[in-house]
Parts: sequence; C-alpha cells; structure tokens
Amino acid sequence: MTSEMTPKMNDALKQGVAELARSLARKDFTSVELTRAYLERIDQHNPQLNAYVTVTGEQALVQAQAADQARAAGTAAPYAGIPFAHKDIFCTSGVRTACGSRMLDNFIAPYDATVVEKMRQAGMVMLGKTNMDEFAMGSSNETSWYGPVKNPWNHTLVPGGSSGGSAAAVAAHLCPAATATDTGGSIRQPASFCGLTGIKPTYGRISRWGMIAFASSLDQAGVLTRSAEDAAILMQMMSGFDPKDSTSVDVPVPDYLATLDQPLKGLRIGLPKQHFAVGLNPEVEKQIRAALSEFEKQGAVLKEISLDNSHLSVSAYYVLAPAEASANLSRYDGVRFGYRCDKPVDLEDMYKRTRGEGFGDEVKRRIMIGTYALSAGYYDAYYIKAQKVRRLIKDDFDRAFREVDVIMGPTSPHTAFPLGSKTKDPVTMYLEDIYTIAVNLAGLPGLSVPAGLVNGLPIGLQIVGRDFSEAQLLNLAHRFQQATDWHTHTPGV
Amino acid sequence: MAWETVIGLEVHVQLATKSKLFSGSATTFGAEPNTQANVFDLALPGTLPVLNGEALRMAVKFGLAIGAHIGKKSVFDRKNYFYPDLPKGYQTSQLDHPIVGKGSLTITLDDGTSRTIGVTRAHLEEDAGKSLHELFPNDTGIDLNRAGTPLLEIVSEPELRSAKEAVAYLKKLHSLILYLGISDGDMSQGSMRCDANVSVRQQGDSKFGTRAEIKNINSFRFVEKAILIEAQRQIDILEDGGRIIQETRLYDPDRNETRSMRSKEVANDYRYFPEPDLLPVVIDDAFIAAVKTTLPELPDLKSQRFQSHYGLSEYDADVLSADRATADFFEVVANACGDAKLSANWVMGDLQSVLHKSELDIAHSPVSAHALADLISRIKDNTISSKIAKTVFEAMVNGEGSADTIIESKGLKQVTDSGAIEKLIDTIIAANPKQLEQYRSGQDKVFTFFVGQVMKESKGKANPAQVNDILLNKLKK
Repeated sequence: MTSEMTPKMNDALKQGVAELARSLARKDFTSVELTRAYLERIDQHNPQLNAYVTVTGEQALVQAQAADQARAAGTAAPYAGIPFAHKDIFCTSGVRTACGSRMLDNFIAPYDATVVEKMRQAGMVMLGKTNMDEFAMGSSNETSWYGPVKNPWNHTLVPGGSSGGSAAAVAAHLCPAATATDTGGSIRQPASFCGLTGIKPTYGRISRWGMIAFASSLDQAGVLTRSAEDAAILMQMMSGFDPKDSTSVDVPVPDYLATLDQPLKGLRIGLPKQHFAVGLNPEVEKQIRAALSEFEKQGAVLKEISLDNSHLSVSAYYVLAPAEASANLSRYDGVRFGYRCDKPVDLEDMYKRTRGEGFGDEVKRRIMIGTYALSAGYYDAYYIKAQKVRRLIKDDFDRAFREVDVIMGPTSPHTAFPLGSKTKDPVTMYLEDIYTIAVNLAGLPGLSVPAGLVNGLPIGLQIVGRDFSEAQLLNLAHRFQQATDWHTHTPGV
Repeated sequence: MAWETVIGLEVHVQLATKSKLFSGSATTFGAEPNTQANVFDLALPGTLPVLNGEALRMAVKFGLAIGAHIGKKSVFDRKNYFYPDLPKGYQTSQLDHPIVGKGSLTITLDDGTSRTIGVTRAHLEEDAGKSLHELFPNDTGIDLNRAGTPLLEIVSEPELRSAKEAVAYLKKLHSLILYLGISDGDMSQGSMRCDANVSVRQQGDSKFGTRAEIKNINSFRFVEKAILIEAQRQIDILEDGGRIIQETRLYDPDRNETRSMRSKEVANDYRYFPEPDLLPVVIDDAFIAAVKTTLPELPDLKSQRFQSHYGLSEYDADVLSADRATADFFEVVANACGDAKLSANWVMGDLQSVLHKSELDIAHSPVSAHALADLISRIKDNTISSKIAKTVFEAMVNGEGSADTIIESKGLKQVTDSGAIEKLIDTIIAANPKQLEQYRSGQDKVFTFFVGQVMKESKGKANPAQVNDILLNKLKK
C-alpha cells in the first residue's frame, strides 16, 4: 500500500476542523484521502505516544466514503468527513469502550452515547478511542490499564489527565480534535500541558447519556482542539438538552461561531488572588500575566478578586467525587458484563476477585475513600460537610461574578511533569487540579487556552464564566488567538 | 401476665405503570426472563435514570386517598448494597424526603368497631430483579425483568394491636389500591408484598419491645398466622427470662414458624446519599389538584352513599363498596331496575356464587349488569317468581340469552290469572279430601302440602303470593 504522505496530505494534517471543512468543500482532497493519511500517521506514531487504545480504521473509511459521496451529491453536512477521536469514556456502539480499565477491556458497547450519535449525525469520521486515566480518575494518564500516554512535547513527561490520550492525539496531529471529559480538570489541565484549547462547558450543557460515570454531579463532556474556532464548532455539535439525561438542562444552544469575533472592550476580568499565590511557578506566572495584558490591550479591565474558600476545593472534591464514584462503580461486579475473575467459587469470591483484579490501584483507593465518606458515623462529617463547602465555593463565584464578567488565571501551577514523578503520593497528584477543581464544584464553564511556553513547554490560561457563558469564553479565547500565536505551536511529535 | 402485640406493616405495592420507574422497559408479568430489561435496567456503563411521571402521579393519588401530606419537594436517594439481582449495586429509593408523608387508614374489625391506623409515609423505589435458585443445579439464575419496576413502599405506624387488625389493615389497603387503579395488588404474583414488624410488651407498658421483622409474607392468611406465631415465640422467650434479638425473619407456612434470615453478620450500612443523576422532584398545587380530579369516590364514602341513597344496610353497603368494580356493577343494576335491595341481594348472592365457582372477576361476568337488571325487573313486575328467576338466571349464565328470551322459550311465565289459580286450587282441594279434613281440624302445617301441590301442578308458575291468599280463603270455608 502506498503512503498517503504526500506534501499535500502532510499539510492537510496540520489543518484544524474549520480549515478542513473549507478544504473538503474546495475538494483539495477527499475525506477518504484525509482519513487514510491520519490512519497512517497514527500507525506510525501511536506506538510511542499510546494516545489511541482502539483504532477504528475500517469504520472510519466507511464513514469517510459516505461523506465523500454526500459531498459529491451536494447533501453533505458542513463538517462531514472530518476525522476526530472519542475519549474511550463514550459508549460507541459495536466498538470496545474500555474507559482505561481492565474491567471493561472486553466491553463492546451495545449503544451510542448521545455525544457519539450527534457527532455521527454531523458526519464526522471517528478514527478511534483515546487512552485515559482509568475511569477518569487521574491527572496524568498514568493509571490506565493500557499504559501511560506520553506528552508529544516531551516523551518523558505526562500529557495530563484524565483526557491524556485525547490531548496527546490532538497535539501530535493524530486527529484535529477529540472529545474529552472533565470532572476536576481533566480537559483543561491536559490542554494546558499539551498546548491545546480545551473547554469544559456548564454542568448540564452536554448530555451524559452514554458517558461512563465517574462522579455524576461533576462529570461533563467537552472537547480538545487546536483553536477556539474548532472548539466552537465541536461545542455546537455536542451541546443540547437530552431527555435521556435528567441532569441535562433545557437551555437553547446559541450559535457559538456567530459571536467569536465580538470585541471585548470593557470586559471585567477577575484574577483570584488565591490562584496567584504560593505554589504557582514564577515562570508560569510571568507568561500568564503577559497573556492577561493582551486582554487589557483589547480593552479589558483586570481586577483582583478573592475566592475565599479556594483552599477547601481539593478537599471537598476528594470527598464528593469518590463518594459518588463508589456507588457508580458498584455495577462492575462480574455479573452481567465486563471482567469476571477466573473460576469464582461463590458470589463473594466473584465480587472480591473481579473487583480486586479488574480495578487499578487509584480506582480502588477512591472507591474506599468514597465508601468511607458515606458510611454510618462519617456521612455527616465528610459527605454533608463537603456538600456545604461546595455551596460556599459556588457562593464565592456568584459573589465574584457580581463584580467581574469572567475569571482568569493559570490552568495549572506548572508545566507537564515527568512520568512517575507524582505516583508515590496520591495527594501530590490531587493537588494538580488546584485551580480547576472549584469550577466543577460550582458547575461553571471553564476553558484553557495556550498562553505561553516555559522552558519550551506549553502552559494554559484558564477562563471561567457564568453559567452557560460558553459563547463568551470561546469569544475571548478566539480574540486572544487572533492576537497571539501560542496555539499554533505544536510539538515536532 | 397479659401481653400486648405491637405490629407495624411495611407494604410494597407494585405500581401498574406501563413502563418501569426509571426506564422505558415494559412491566408485564410473566415474560421470558431478561426480555424486559434494557441497557439501563442492566446497569450498563453510561446509562441514566429518567423518572416515570405516571408512577409519581400514582403515588400522589395514593397519598391523597389516605389524606396524607404530599411532599412538594421529594428526593431520590441511593441505597447501596451488593447483590446479583440489584444490577447497579444500589437501589434508587427515597429516604428523608418521600413523596407521601403522614396519613391514615380506617379499618373495620369483625365486631363492627372501627380504628384509624396511622400511615407514617409512602415512597417510590425501584424493585430488584429475581434470583432463581431452583432452576440450575449449582448456579443461581438472575432474571432482571422485574428490576426497575416501580414500587410504592407504604409504612404504617406501629399502631396495630393484633394479627386480625393487621389483616384488616392489609385488606383495606388492598381494596384501596385496587380502587385507585394503581396496582392489581396480587399478593401471589408479588405485586403486593408485606413485611411485618412484630414486638410484644406487657399490657399497660408504654415502651415498645424489641421487634423482629418478618419479610415477604405473600398472603393475608399467612400474615395473620405469621404474626400470631411470632408474637407467641417472643412471649415464650420473654416469659423464660430471655431477650428478643432485633433481626429479620422469614415465615415458613409449611411449618408455621418464623426463622431467622441472617446467616452471617451483615452490616446493613446502606450509605444512603441523594441520587445525583436525578433532580429533586418538585410539584406544585396545580399538579396535586390535577391528580385529585382523578380520584374515584373512595370506599368509605361510597358505602355511606349506598346507605343513604339506596337505603342499603351498613353491612350490604360495606360489602358492595369493598370492590370498585362490584360497586359500579351494583349501581348499574340498581338504577336500571329501580330496586336497590333486590339488586344488592342478587349481586352479593347468586352472582357472586357463579363468579366464585368459575373463578371469574365481575368484569368478566357472564351476565351483564343490564341483563341482571332485566331479570330483576321481571320479578318485580310479577312475570316470574323469585324461585323461577333462579332457573332463568342459571340459563342466562349458560349463555342461553336474555331473561325475556329464556322466560319465553321455556314457558316460565308466572300464572297470575286468579281465575286460573282458583280453578287449580279447587282441583287440588277436591283431590285431597283427607288433607282438607286434617287442615280444618287444626293441623296448620298441612297448608304447605297444599301449596306444594298447587306449585307442582302449575310447574312452579303460579304466583306464590296469589296462591297463598286464594288457598287460605278456600281452605277456611
């Protein structure tokens, strides 16, 4: 088989979603050619990066073919035929959905998640399922049953987690965009570590039907891309009320592309003093402040604010998320699907060994923490208390948004860290999400844009808005990307 | 030492919704195993619950029928435990904020007295699947058809004081849920299940004794027997100086005894917490009012109306109003023929016998309400006697047609022509001089002989009242 890697196709692999739509419309190349090029590149580079767990080559070509035919007939949807990847947390009918776990290594989902169905209806071409921290529990993509993912910027470093596979794939041009999920920072932090634009919308904006649950009241789907414009395109496809998800919100989806260019004169940007304090790498801070001055140039006003209960967010999260997870993961018992231990002698043996062998250490750790926090005698002191703290954290944001329109700061205290450097003490890993976690607790939308390089490694600027202000966040990110070029920096691979 | 039994009942009622509490799967009983369990019921990864509005309305309907406080904001909670017939590893139920709060149920005991029993609460929860231990040699078969079916758990205050009261409460509850149309209440099929919390204490003692919970008793009769035997077991222990252990027990009907269920130490810490996949259920006055309009006339009120409007006795009114379909049937008959008392007798007597014998419910009665009304009308207008009516009724049950058709074809019309009857009587008297002598000499009992002869000769068709009158007259002479 001949290589697809002509100079033209090499160029095509650099294009984002918006550009690809134009190229395909112009018939610069076909969707099949494009898909083949991506598959070839994945074949070449995935063994090192381990970004993809499952590559759906045959299916992708069938989808690409269908898109080409539709395009020829003039009936193609605007983004039909553009390849992308799904985080392996979304159920894809007929395709293995493993969620980074041995427990689901043999699980072929019998149905499509709503997100998956929407992408399919848009005609997008699924290249495969990306690697992730097991059951979305992690901040470095090191807990996956399928092995760690490497950061394309430097293979000795982590890409971030839990959506590390999606981030690495997009950063290494193994797909132009990838779906992802964020419970405590799992889209934004990898975006920061890999130089990508990643958005986690308001809780309830995107349907959770078919999205394997970690922490029900915190999980939210989103996307990792190389530009705000691309993020807007995918957000448009993915968002919307879904009656199958009782926590999905019936709020109309605006046209995210229509407002991308809006000027931001007079915008009031809040800078939480807690996010610019001890723990933030000084080099990162410098880049962030430089990025913020870009907004000032465009007419925004910076204002220091205080999120008083910031320091409690990680603790509250690490009571609530494991508590919900401990119940969400009870269904993995070897009875109806998934991993089952070999030759169980009785019910208890089956439960114990299936779950003992099927789950990795971090998952087991969190199940135990969650079970403990919910148990008799501890429920009030831990679970109830954490819920109260959550309310305080939400109130902090509500109060802040009376004075400012958006909140900005560093996504992560530092650049990507070395593989294996934080796996000894779980708490050091938990502190990775120190700036991102509160956003999930408050259910607010948050986005990370590439805002600089520190020692050659990307760092991200986090932008947080009020409920359902995704259009505004994308607009700010887009305006920033029109004035800067951090988002165009990609690693060599 | 006089002992008092204290009983509280927890009744699980399977609501008659078309689909499950949180998924669209069908709820019909008796389907092939695992054919009514979709991705949510199987607890596949990524699946989420959506509340069945009809189940909510049925719960509110029940609450209104027992005069209970309706929870305008109710919350679902996860009750966590591992068992193969509980696919998610937790049951979605309601703990602190149930849909129905405090209400009451009035029961009538055998001696005619009434007692009002408090209902603590009623809440919605999903049923578990079925574990079948007997079908496979060393395995247990799991059928998830039932998993996710909506249940209404109704908890009574511990105000019942005897097994008989408990049964009366259960029967009242059963009648009510059928009345409301929210369940078929079939204990044998498991659509109504009863757990009994039983304790004993000395008469006059205000403190409750330690209780044992007897689970899943599936008939009214067994409930009564289980409570009696359990109370006795506890009394025996206490009288011997022992202590009652708070535990769960099962009733064995074959041996008529209760047995402890706990074979090993199980810490029943369910780690309840609010269900994060569902929003709190918020309903307003308009919602409640809308449900209220769907309430039927409840049995107690209906019985009173039967007494005042139709002039029925309390007993007859109670019997007829106990079952909504029967009450409705009775009213059609009574209004069509105009005689409530006769209608009541026929519905409660002859019709019930037929239904009972053929194991039919009144909805499948071989004789319709209007057909029965026609029959009664023929009695009232003297076309036939009550006795002949029974023959006609039997023929109607056999499908031989309407009352009129049968009367005509079998020539059963009553003879009411007094001239004809007089002639007949004269013939009989003339043919039985000995009996005439006996009667005239004071043996009054011979009268019935003459009546019998006249009826026989007329093939039962002579109007009995007229026969009586004319015969009396003739014999006097």
